[in-house]
Amino acid sequence: MVEITSPRFKQNAAGALADEQLQKAMNNVRSKFIDKRREAAEALPEFEALRDRAKAIKDHTLDHLDLYLEAYEKKVVETGGFVHWAQTAAEARGIVLDICRMANARTVTKGKSMITEEIGLNGFLETMGIRPVETDLGEYIIQLRGEHPSHIIAPAVHLTKEQVEEDFRRVHDHLPADRDLTEPEALLGEARKVLRAEYFNADVGITGANFLVAETGSSIIVTNEGNGDLTQILPRVHIVVASIEKIVPTLEDASQILRVLARSATGQEMSTYTTVSTGPRRNGDVDGPESYHVILLDNGRSAMLGTEFQEMLRCIRCGACMNHCPVYHSVGGHAYGWVYPGPLGAVLTPSLIGVEKGGHLPNASTFCGRCESVCPMRIPLPKMMRHWREREFERGLNPATQRYGLRLWAFFARHPDLYRAVTGTVVPLLSLMAPKSGRFGWLPLAGGWTRHRDLPAPEKRTFMQQLRDREAVSRQAAA
Amino acid sequence: MSARETILRKVRASLDAERNAEQRAETVAERLARAPRGLIPARGKLPQEERIALFCAHLTKLAATWRRVGSADEVPEAVATYLRERNLPASFRMGSDKRLADLPWSGQRSLEIRTGPSDGTDEVGLSHANSGIAETGTLVMLSGAGNPTTINFLPEHHIVVVEAGRIDGDLETAVGRVRRRFGRGGMPRTVNFISGPSRSGDIEQKIILGAHGPRALHVIVVG
Ligand code: SF4
Repeated sequence: MVEITSPRFKQNAAGALADEQLQKAMNNVRSKFIDKRREAAEALPEFEALRDRAKAIKDHTLDHLDLYLEAYEKKVVETGGFVHWAQTAAEARGIVLDICRMANARTVTKGKSMITEEIGLNGFLETMGIRPVETDLGEYIIQLRGEHPSHIIAPAVHLTKEQVEEDFRRVHDHLPADRDLTEPEALLGEARKVLRAEYFNADVGITGANFLVAETGSSIIVTNEGNGDLTQILPRVHIVVASIEKIVPTLEDASQILRVLARSATGQEMSTYTTVSTGPRRNGDVDGPESYHVILLDNGRSAMLGTEFQEMLRCIRCGACMNHCPVYHSVGGHAYGWVYPGPLGAVLTPSLIGVEKGGHLPNASTFCGRCESVCPMRIPLPKMMRHWREREFERGLNPATQRYGLRLWAFFARHPDLYRAVTGTVVPLLSLMAPKSGRFGWLPLAGGWTRHRDLPAPEKRTFMQQLRDREAVSRQAAA
Repeated sequence: MSARETILRKVRASLDAERNAEQRAETVAERLARAPRGLIPARGKLPQEERIALFCAHLTKLAATWRRVGSADEVPEAVATYLRERNLPASFRMGSDKRLADLPWSGQRSLEIRTGPSDGTDEVGLSHANSGIAETGTLVMLSGAGNPTTINFLPEHHIVVVEAGRIDGDLETAVGRVRRRFGRGGMPRTVNFISGPSRSGDIEQKIILGAHGPRALHVIVVG
């Protein structure tokens, strides 16, 4: 299982700030993702209207989720596939194991999937004597390091190429020691060769799903490398692990959401490979898996329906919220201490692992609102983080949480690195709210406390340093 | 109670599904039967020639290459030229698609054609697309013996033939073609929507082509 360190967010964050390699690597998020998303959004005049459509489609689906799940299941069975239902992570792991045992599987290849991270599948399979091999380049790298993804679409974003080179030299020790691995191209070439052999070796291929289509019983994955496809067409058995909220009614509905997914995630208009899989190989087919299984996982989702957290189930895991989050930029994904980092994780983690363990995360926010402004599914992330605080209040835990929030803020403010990093992106936005006095009546994390007491504004020098980026930041805010 | 029943019961309870049960069922059945179209971006709504031009412009942006030929008879020569220009061996893999098998390959005697699914040893694969999508430069590939899915992913170079008359403006029109061919709710095992060659940005967010799939994608537009 993934070790949960969410309750230690503060310590994790302090460690992350002192980590030079991490800070260097995180520059790539700060610069690249934001510009690419903005350019893609600006290039499609209908982008904002499509976000509305995408939201409406998911709202409709969630309101009728039981019926769409039944319709979906019926279609999968009609096309020769199997549907398995799992209430918990443990049940889902057990089903995967049963299928692997039936297939006499020794090696399992895996496409990138956050849901198998959520259920802690790799560690479990290893203890059962089955070797899981991650095939997405980023996932492969972190598997070699015994780590977990630090970003939901760019799992190794926290690493530099020098670190990857070190890992490859350590693990691929059958290759000549004097080979040149200084450039990412060489690293990719080496991983491609090593993994090619694994695809052919594997008995079972496991993928997640970006969508499950009720109309056709299909699962859809969206990738750029092609590893998810080789994972599902070469082994004899294809297992899809997906949570119940991945359902959409029709292919038309999937098409609408696809238009906002890639643009929000990587700034592509369409990811390289969008693959629609339906059942096992057909009579007359010459390739493809002989059997097709879908595991439908609840793991806390059904309890979110009908509550103030239902809207979180619209999430399509694009990563835009973390790409635009100043706290994420500063501390990276691992500090969040479980599977889902960033604003999405701050809302989802307490729902899925319990407020006792994940309840601190909703405070790891500056409430700057950029996550909501870029979320393609228009999920009101800051509002939901506030909901968590209200729940805490109802549970009688509020004073402690409030103190925690203040302590966290004090920690942010005292720690010069994080302070600079966070305010560097937030200052221009804050300055629009209270620019004249040089003091802010409202500050991130301090909540109601600043109603009574102003905190000094960040130093001018910090502000001046940020001026040259200011234009870019306001453009992002407008996007 | 089975996990299935428990989950569905919880979902129904959370949604208060007992109220309006009939109306809910009707709404869902109707949506599944009609599959209403959403908002289609204006950019693909173009006359045919402009649509083809948009498709090709997107291919270029995606780091794919393309060539337009007047008729299907010119495809073998276009394939041979591609191989020659890139110093590739005069050999490729393709499935049993009649539209490919019936081409005048005899004019290219030095070409070795291997048929069937790819086993991972092919440097070049040739496929026939079901259609193209102008709004994003996307190819729509249907699985089957005609165009085995392995050919889309295992070779280093993927050459794809698409008919100019089957380049649609948008994704929904392409989906409509698949639906007409397989019937409502029916699908081939795999539909691959392919937009450019394989790529990864996983190391320091630098985009590199040829991650696990083809390093190069070449499209031959016919007609
Ligand atoms: S919450 Fe929104 S922005 Fe964040 S991953 Fe989900 S869909 Fe994307």
